[in-house]
Amino acid sequence: MASTTTSEPRIEMPSPLTRFRPRSSVAQFGRSSMAAAVFGFGLFVCMVLPLQPSVRVDMLRVALLALATYLPLMAGQLSLATPGFYLIGGYVAGIFAKQNVLLDKNTGFWRISVGPFSWVSQRELFPYSAFILEMIIAAVIALVLGAALGYLALRLRGIFLALATIAFNQMVAILMLHDPIFAWFGSKGIKTEGAQGIYGLENVDPFLTKAQYMRAYIPLLVVAAFFLYRLERTRTGRALIAIREDELAASATGIHPTYFKVLVFSVGCALAAVTGVITAHQQNAWNPSLGNFELATLVLACVVIGGSRTFAGPIVGAFLLTLLPEALRTLARQFDGSTAQIIEDGRPFVYGLLMVLCCIFFPKGLVPPTVTNRLFGRSTPPTLPPPTLPPPTLPPPTLPPPTLPPSSQTASSQTASPTAAAISSTVESAK
Amino acid sequence: MTTFLPNLFTGLAIGSIYALFALGYTLIFSVLRIINFAHGAMFTAGSYLTYMLMGKTFGGGNYPFAQKKLPIGMPFWVALIGGALLAGAANVLIERFAFRPLRERNSDTLLTLVSSLGISIMIATLIQNLVGADPLPSQEPIAWVRDTPSVKVFGVVVGTARICIFIVAVVVMSGLWYLLNRTKTGKALKAVSEDRTTANLLGISTDKLIVFTFFLCGGIASIAGAMVSTFAGTAGPYFGANFGLIGLAVIIMGGLGDIPGAVLAGFLIGVLQAAIPGWKVPLINWTIGNDWKDAIPFFFLFLVLMVRPNGLLGRAEITKV
Repeated sequence: MASTTTSEPRIEMPSPLTRFRPRSSVAQFGRSSMAAAVFGFGLFVCMVLPLQPSVRVDMLRVALLALATYLPLMAGQLSLATPGFYLIGGYVAGIFAKQNVLLDKNTGFWRISVGPFSWVSQRELFPYSAFILEMIIAAVIALVLGAALGYLALRLRGIFLALATIAFNQMVAILMLHDPIFAWFGSKGIKTEGAQGIYGLENVDPFLTKAQYMRAYIPLLVVAAFFLYRLERTRTGRALIAIREDELAASATGIHPTYFKVLVFSVGCALAAVTGVITAHQQNAWNPSLGNFELATLVLACVVIGGSRTFAGPIVGAFLLTLLPEALRTLARQFDGSTAQIIEDGRPFVYGLLMVLCCIFFPKGLVPPTVTNRLFGRSTPPTLPPPTLPPPTLPPPTLPPPTLPPSSQTASSQTASPTAAAISSTVESAK
Repeated sequence: MTTFLPNLFTGLAIGSIYALFALGYTLIFSVLRIINFAHGAMFTAGSYLTYMLMGKTFGGGNYPFAQKKLPIGMPFWVALIGGALLAGAANVLIERFAFRPLRERNSDTLLTLVSSLGISIMIATLIQNLVGADPLPSQEPIAWVRDTPSVKVFGVVVGTARICIFIVAVVVMSGLWYLLNRTKTGKALKAVSEDRTTANLLGISTDKLIVFTFFLCGGIASIAGAMVSTFAGTAGPYFGANFGLIGLAVIIMGGLGDIPGAVLAGFLIGVLQAAIPGWKVPLINWTIGNDWKDAIPFFFLFLVLMVRPNGLLGRAEITKV
């Protein structure tokens, strides 16, 4: 069955997904390396800018969260659950890393034992393998929770979904603030520590300063960006785009909207949670206010300002919106006294103004699909040229020539025709 | 049963503010099909404007209007109406510069949403940089409230400030009901909310009506904000954001664009928020603390969305092919 589908030219399935034939593998490789080069160069430029290390880390962090918000938006689902899952990821890291059982008090090294496996750290720092384990745990928790939430909430459309996810965020923050879950189980070591939060998280082994965590963020961002770049050009990605454009039509072509929506929603949640794990270690502290509504606003603004049609948009938006306050601070240093103060204090104002202006003047975002299509190969169906399919070899029409109806039916047609003529004449007169 | 009536009265007072607040969202949603996230900021702006018109001094700090006040102070009721008018005018400006360009370009709903979020950030920052981030103190501008802090209603001690809040909210809501159901403007608003294009073809000036709706919503938000901040004080320029989120919970519970539903849901959330803390959950023997108050609206929002996605009074939406 599979061999026949590959040997045949793709005519047998006239679905909008398969109409766009993939390029040859050589061209695809060229596009991929082009994409990688452009993306790598952009990342390099952003990382060598004369910035505070914390700003660079923020850029990467916000870019990851923006990608996590962009994922459900690929299927047209506006979800603001990113801060909630970011919070959950951070708490996974915090609870995991603050367990007393893990710290071998005799040697000062970290010992991690999960079932039959155990690790002992080489230095008096949190071992990298445990860091990876935390990420996996956080990702799995977020996938399961995200799938459950998504299955419940994705029945809701448009703004309803956004509001349900805002409610979810608030509930996560309030649960972590009051910590009833672990209290019910009577747990001793596991606490979320209320509003002050978990603090004193250990640095992960190779990262001694906060800036060195870039080495954890950059690979994750590169992997996430490449994943999304490929996703936009696969069958799944096109199914998502089809759902975004018209869910009903997509389901009519054999796409299961709920499956794809829940899939992409939970993957986005997992990305947010993994980002939370890294950030908790990077900031050495975690508290419920880190996943507030302002973060949801910021991340959504990044996606919309950057462009919500390609993976490059959210990254560009995140870099710009994180750089903007720094740029204004630099600008403020050029002036004296009160002017500097006004610029310094007015940074959120400029930020809000930029959001409004970008919405008005760049409705497709700063990185519209045309730019990325030219650079990286096409991803969005509507701009494609008509497919160069071989002309369909239809069998010659074997229909019998229309014959006059037999005389038995002419009587009925004659009885029907005067009314039909009357109707057509009235239509003519109405015109 | 002993705690039922006091909880009911507390809940009705705060619920009336929620209902009033949610009405602004609902009205704008019903004419424009968008959620105006700047509504929470308008709530804050209204409370500051009313405070300013009453001739009170703002808190300290190195800000242009800190430690300053207007030369004349207005009485509370005049300031309340003046603040509402100013906030309405501000909302009209917002509509002109942040919503109408998007509407003329026929933009995506998502863009309008982000634009309104941007506006809310701008308003909060503006307030903070003009008068400082100090919270406004609570006041007792009405002689009745000043003289008798509480009265007995049905044998229950109720604060007079709460009664004032409730009465003002009910008066505003009644006015709105009259406007929507007994005037030609209300009829036009309903027509626009049903179908904007058809309404326009029938000779209703939709642009004028949308401007009027924004004016109305700014005024309502301002009155709600001023009532809360005058009697309970505020927590600085960002206190509207929390009300904004609860207001979202209220309108979703009521069904988007459904005005009676929003009012019902507002009162319901207020009463639940007052009644549930202190309740002992039977099976796990755990008393819900007062600090869970903020979670209640969102919990019920989630519940309602799962069980009745179209709101408490909502009807199922028919999907057209």
